Amino acid sequence: MEVFKYKKPLSLMSQSKRFGILSLTVLVIALALILTKGFNYGIDFAGGTLVQVQYEGKAPIKEIRDSISKDEHYESASVTYFGSDEEVVIRTKTSSQALGEDVGDKMRALLKDTGKFEIRRVDMVGAKVGSELREKGLMSLLLAIMGILIYVSFRFEWRFAVASVMALVHDVTIAMGAVVLFNIEVNLDTLAALLTILGYSLNDTIIVFDRIREGIRTIKNPDLGEIIDESVTRTLSRTTLTSLTTFFVVFTLWMFGGEIIHGFGFTLLVGIIVGTYSSIFVASPILMWLGFSVSGFREKEASKLKREKEKEKMRAMYENGTI
Amino acid sequence: MKTLNYRIILFAFALIFGIVFSIPSITQSESGKKITLGLDLQGGLHMLLGIKSEIAIESRTKSMAATVKYIFDDEEIIFDDLRMVDGKQITFELLDQDDVAKSKELLKKEIEGTVLSANGLKFTLEMTAEELARTKANAISQAVDTIRNRLNEFGLAEPTVAKQGEDKILVEVPGIKTQEDEQRIRELIARAAHLQLMAVDEDRAARVMTMNVNEAKSYGDVILPDVATPERYLLRQIPVLDGSMLTDAKVGFDKNNQPVINFSLNGQGAKIFGDFTAKSVGKRMAVVLDNKVYSAPNIRERIGGGHVQISGSFTLEEAADLAIALRSGALLAPVYVMEKRSVGPSLGADSIKSSSMALALGFFLVVVFMIVYYGTAGVIADVALIGNLFLILAIMSLFGATLTLPGMAGIVLTVGMAVDANVIITERIRELLHEGKSVAKSIEDGYDNAFTAILDANVTTLIAAVVLYVYGTGAIKGFALTMSIGILASMLTAIVGTHGIYQWLLPKIDKKKRGFWFGIKEEGAK
Repeated sequence: MEVFKYKKPLSLMSQSKRFGILSLTVLVIALALILTKGFNYGIDFAGGTLVQVQYEGKAPIKEIRDSISKDEHYESASVTYFGSDEEVVIRTKTSSQALGEDVGDKMRALLKDTGKFEIRRVDMVGAKVGSELREKGLMSLLLAIMGILIYVSFRFEWRFAVASVMALVHDVTIAMGAVVLFNIEVNLDTLAALLTILGYSLNDTIIVFDRIREGIRTIKNPDLGEIIDESVTRTLSRTTLTSLTTFFVVFTLWMFGGEIIHGFGFTLLVGIIVGTYSSIFVASPILMWLGFSVSGFREKEASKLKREKEKEKMRAMYENGTI
Repeated sequence: MKTLNYRIILFAFALIFGIVFSIPSITQSESGKKITLGLDLQGGLHMLLGIKSEIAIESRTKSMAATVKYIFDDEEIIFDDLRMVDGKQITFELLDQDDVAKSKELLKKEIEGTVLSANGLKFTLEMTAEELARTKANAISQAVDTIRNRLNEFGLAEPTVAKQGEDKILVEVPGIKTQEDEQRIRELIARAAHLQLMAVDEDRAARVMTMNVNEAKSYGDVILPDVATPERYLLRQIPVLDGSMLTDAKVGFDKNNQPVINFSLNGQGAKIFGDFTAKSVGKRMAVVLDNKVYSAPNIRERIGGGHVQISGSFTLEEAADLAIALRSGALLAPVYVMEKRSVGPSLGADSIKSSSMALALGFFLVVVFMIVYYGTAGVIADVALIGNLFLILAIMSLFGATLTLPGMAGIVLTVGMAVDANVIITERIRELLHEGKSVAKSIEDGYDNAFTAILDANVTTLIAAVVLYVYGTGAIKGFALTMSIGILASMLTAIVGTHGIYQWLLPKIDKKKRGFWFGIKEEGAK
């Protein structure tokens, strides 16, 4: 089967302004959401306790709320269904330092009369650990971006690196915006999903950039726009197909992976869609806007080649004993 | 054209390696190295404990103050205003200039790891930075030992207790059935173990093997067993001291370079101990922990100052064990919960079910898609994908790695991303075929052209995964791990392996059947 058969290059660059405006708009909306509504931090980052309770039959959510609010410490606790109507999750901002009776044990006692239930999960994160995890999380995002920037500069050219990182920031920001919009709880796994998007979106961008790099060397026409059009069109099939296979598995993860990794799956899903879009429509135009010069790159490559040849010549001469 | 090439041989080896070493994990057999399931999949308790090490320092300082008082009283040095400041300094004032030199010398000799500074006749004694660090480090390693000992005593399967970072303790206990059991375990960890120093009833000790409990009771004695041997001891029921008066214990060496145990008592303990030993020279004193006798050395002389040395004929190892036992009696500093995650066994089982389901379905979709879209080339990619899965399992089994729920997600994701290399390669081959190149040339050049793209793409993904591994905690590390292994394994299976298969099949590839082989339309091969 062949869906994306190459016939002639699509004229993407001539449309780049439109995609730029679209991306900027979405980006601004995402940023506005993040700044105004803010993240719904889960206990990993905010500290607190989460208790997952499974009832035999439908969970009596009203009675659960009433029983819990009997204890003044837990008046602000939230109770929501989790996955099915037999299971609920109770979240409080309280955590306890004592090893003996903790929040989970107290919940067990409070819920005693609400029916037959099993406490399946108790997660408790102290405030200190929460802020530590938040710091570490931010640190890891920045470090990953730095590492990628260095690697791409080393393998390509700095403009490629900047363009790919800008595309990355674009993807991660929009994914974050979606996380805020759909009120996904931000926990460690959400962070893992964001870092994966980082790696994945870059993966996509790199494949396109690799083709552009190749195009610069092989296509005679020195017009960057046309080289980009040609390269993007040639990789379009791959970009779409790989995104599709990854989309399949992430979709199954999201649908069938269980409630616990639901947020993780969702974040990835958004990231893959945005990442695919950005590697086709966003990353390459940035390269052009950054003033990448084809002839300059060719000259540099040529002089590099020349230097290497000269070195080889010198070495050969040295080995032959002519120097 | 040779058909057997190094690539396919390498791939075959990798495949065999993968299958052989992943069998123990797949069948969950008794023998062989296998993947351990994370606590989120098998159920269990994970806790990160903090330690209040300032309490350890404070109690050490307190006992130093008691020692200072004891020394000065003993040497008839007149002092005033002895006090503890901020829980880590001792200040006092000497009244007679003539005592200064002598005091300095005595304190230097008797209290190790401290610095004494003077301002006129006012003195400040505090621990050196190294001693402070040692006290803190000691507090944490002792808490780790204590907790581990207690969990082992509880008879749970393979608990993990380890120091994490500078000042945290990681406790992982798999296989807890109910919340009630879990609470019991937590209380066990928090409980103070019971250490006692008890006098041996020497008058009746000879009859201990024949005496019953009630008879012993009538003399005000108890019979306690030895920790290691069948020997029993007849001990005075009221202990001389208990663990609450012990501040520290460590291994040292005596004049003959024999291992000994030095332990420090607080001020009150030191006095009681001094008085007791003075009265009991020639008799034995038993060190009892949780109602078991660890040792019962002879008292050779009165021992004052709160620094007790037990010299026996033990080996260095025995001495170290005993020191640990002594230390673990009194938690130098209390522990508290910083993070706790507990998962019931039924939730773990559900998580395994749902993530396996996602893996199977995702795998099925990708495999079918590849065959539909690429024909035989898709089949070859699928073979590589299966090899990749086995390799991930085998490598994780060999390292005894832990598979967590996010780790499962990592494997699922790898399934989607590992075929990427094959998509890139096959697209390149198709491109070259369209340009009219021969099949052999198309395959070779296709792999060459695709290589840099695949390498760069994989390295960047790997950078993100490694950062995640280094900065991630707990279950997230599992995600980074499976993804990293998956990426590395895919370089072998998807690039080298499939290339080998093509080279092997090359003589059979009919260039007229490009639809069958590469899924592209026949348009009359040139």
